[in-house]
Amino acid sequence: MKKKSLLALAATGLAMSSVLAACGGNDDSKDSSGGDEKAGFKVGMVTDTGGVDDKSFNQSAWEGIQKFGKDNDLKEGTGYKYLQSAKQSDYQPNLQQLARAKYDLILGIGFLMAEDIGKVADQFKDNNFALVDMVVDKPNVASIVFKENEGSFLVGVVAGLTTKSDKVGFVGGVNSDLIKKFESGFKAGVKAVNPKADIEVQYAEDFNAAEKGQAIASGMYGKKVDVIYHAAGGTGQGVFTEAKNRKKNGEDVWVIGVDRDQVEEGMPENVTLTSMVKRVDTAVEQVAKDTKDGNFPAGKVVEFGLKDGGVDIAPSQDNVAKDVLTKVEDFKKQIIAGDIKVPATDDEYKEYEASLK
Amino acid sequence: MKLERFYGILIPILSIILGMVVGAIVMLAGGYNPVDGFDQLFYGIFGEPYSIGETLRAAAPLIFAGLAVAFAFRTGLFNIGVEGQVLVGWMVAVWIGIEFDLPTAIHLPLALIGAGLAGALWASIPGILKAKFHVHEVITSIMMNYIALYVTNDILRHVIGIENERTESVKESASLASPFLQELTDFSRLHNGIFIAVLAALVFWFILWKTTLGYELRAVGFNKSAAEYAGMGVNKNIVLSFVISGVFAGLAGAMEGLGTFQNMTLNASFTGVGFDGIAVALLGANNPIGVVLAALLFAGLNIGGLSMQQIGIPPELIKIIIAFIIIFVASGYAIRLLIEKFTVKKPEDKKVKGADK
Repeated sequence: MKKKSLLALAATGLAMSSVLAACGGNDDSKDSSGGDEKAGFKVGMVTDTGGVDDKSFNQSAWEGIQKFGKDNDLKEGTGYKYLQSAKQSDYQPNLQQLARAKYDLILGIGFLMAEDIGKVADQFKDNNFALVDMVVDKPNVASIVFKENEGSFLVGVVAGLTTKSDKVGFVGGVNSDLIKKFESGFKAGVKAVNPKADIEVQYAEDFNAAEKGQAIASGMYGKKVDVIYHAAGGTGQGVFTEAKNRKKNGEDVWVIGVDRDQVEEGMPENVTLTSMVKRVDTAVEQVAKDTKDGNFPAGKVVEFGLKDGGVDIAPSQDNVAKDVLTKVEDFKKQIIAGDIKVPATDDEYKEYEASLK
Repeated sequence: MKLERFYGILIPILSIILGMVVGAIVMLAGGYNPVDGFDQLFYGIFGEPYSIGETLRAAAPLIFAGLAVAFAFRTGLFNIGVEGQVLVGWMVAVWIGIEFDLPTAIHLPLALIGAGLAGALWASIPGILKAKFHVHEVITSIMMNYIALYVTNDILRHVIGIENERTESVKESASLASPFLQELTDFSRLHNGIFIAVLAALVFWFILWKTTLGYELRAVGFNKSAAEYAGMGVNKNIVLSFVISGVFAGLAGAMEGLGTFQNMTLNASFTGVGFDGIAVALLGANNPIGVVLAALLFAGLNIGGLSMQQIGIPPELIKIIIAFIIIFVASGYAIRLLIEKFTVKKPEDKKVKGADK
């Protein structure tokens, strides 16, 4: 009997919900989800599965949207909001929801959403979408990407001037166009200030393999490299671990962090020299502002570099010598002014290296 | 008898209402309007063709996962390893979908069979360990989940190949996608898998209740010693039960790989499909129709829950509300006992109960 009643119960549950939906849903749901149409600009973002408090991309993007909302007197919930995705399969329904609620700008955070945003953008041609960190070629999608090579150049300058052994290292996550931007920019920065420096480059072919990161770092430090810049996500954690172990044993080694200020990862041994930060918040805020002013970069790739504050050297610079920081400022000005064109690919780097001689 | 039928309808309605009342209290405590909240929930399930499509889409893998757990349970076995079997099924389905170039009539069935076999193979390990060495299947199947998670990730990386953390899409000839269903549901990701899932529920019923094998499997589930005494091969049946359970689980993976996503992404953590399957099976009383209905309920609440974010209810609170509704639906029997306590008991009522079992 138990069996049967449970079964009937599930059935009735479903039947009942449909009845309820029929009486409650249709007349006003659309309005309530849409908010008051005249309230003006509405911007929404969909997080990836990391959630809005991931201390990384999602959180940074949400901070940018919050700032935009406050500056423009929008109300959270009706003027700006985020939808969180618990699973990958939630990306599309969440993007759809915002599109149906007629949001003026819908942001997808992270390249994992690229395919989903492309599909939803095809269905809702009147909405404006933006994707962070990857290019989606659709007439109503703006692709927000960063000039990681420019930020990496600055930390390359730091590395080139800080190294005592004239040997620096670069640990990449996966060998790809994106990570090549970090590598090329970094190498250019090192060579600009220290032409005789050796640069060791190695890829872990993995963004989540701390043990590989540690092994690579161990090999590099073993060859007298004393500054390593990592662009390897979770794999980079291993670089920090190795550096901390060596610092404990009295070796003078450094790590340069990536994406956000990684000073804490270097604690308590204090091995983080500085970091190259990507300001997702600044970028998102800027695109929201442009869209509100009627300048949505439809179908365009919007690049954020040093000039727009999209990438930069992290504010934690206590471990960097004063005269080095002055040099960094100097190079920053030159890059912003366009006097230095920072290479982003292997070929561009070769050209750049040749131009130094 | 009339009273019974009355109960059969009353109790499920009551449990849903009670669950919603508690959910409403949670919303009030969080400062949200429960009427708006439930309005959004039901709108998110039934409000538009799109949401109905997404609910059915989400139900397909849950039906398979629920059937997998329920099948093993009928033989008195806990297959907690459905999650891992889903992952290997998903991977093999996608691999076949990418690697081969065949007409749909061969390619799609091949991909489905491959997924089923992969799940079966994975499930046979805890089955054999249980049958031969009396190792508890809960421990082994849980551990097989972790092995599956990291092994599939590694194979995706190094054998199948990934770009931007996902494989390429499966060929159209292996895809379950249905342009007709998509158009019908306003471009949800609803695919033909839902029909296969319902068919699988029929197969489930047929194997267990219409074949000698099923009779033996159930006999082992009721009483192992008695079954052995009756001359049934208990060990053989344990392995078989796990293998068939694994086929269902592997197909759940194929629903995601050939239907929802058309590819596979590196998974940082479990998908949750297998674990939800446990709840679906128990809520559906290990009965095929019950499993289908429970899967629909789960899928509906998950998809509907996404739209509750629309009025600003945070995702964490939504999960709590949904959990309460499911708890109350699952405790229908307790509610029945309560009602019986407060009503005059009739002797024939009891008799019907006994006869029914």
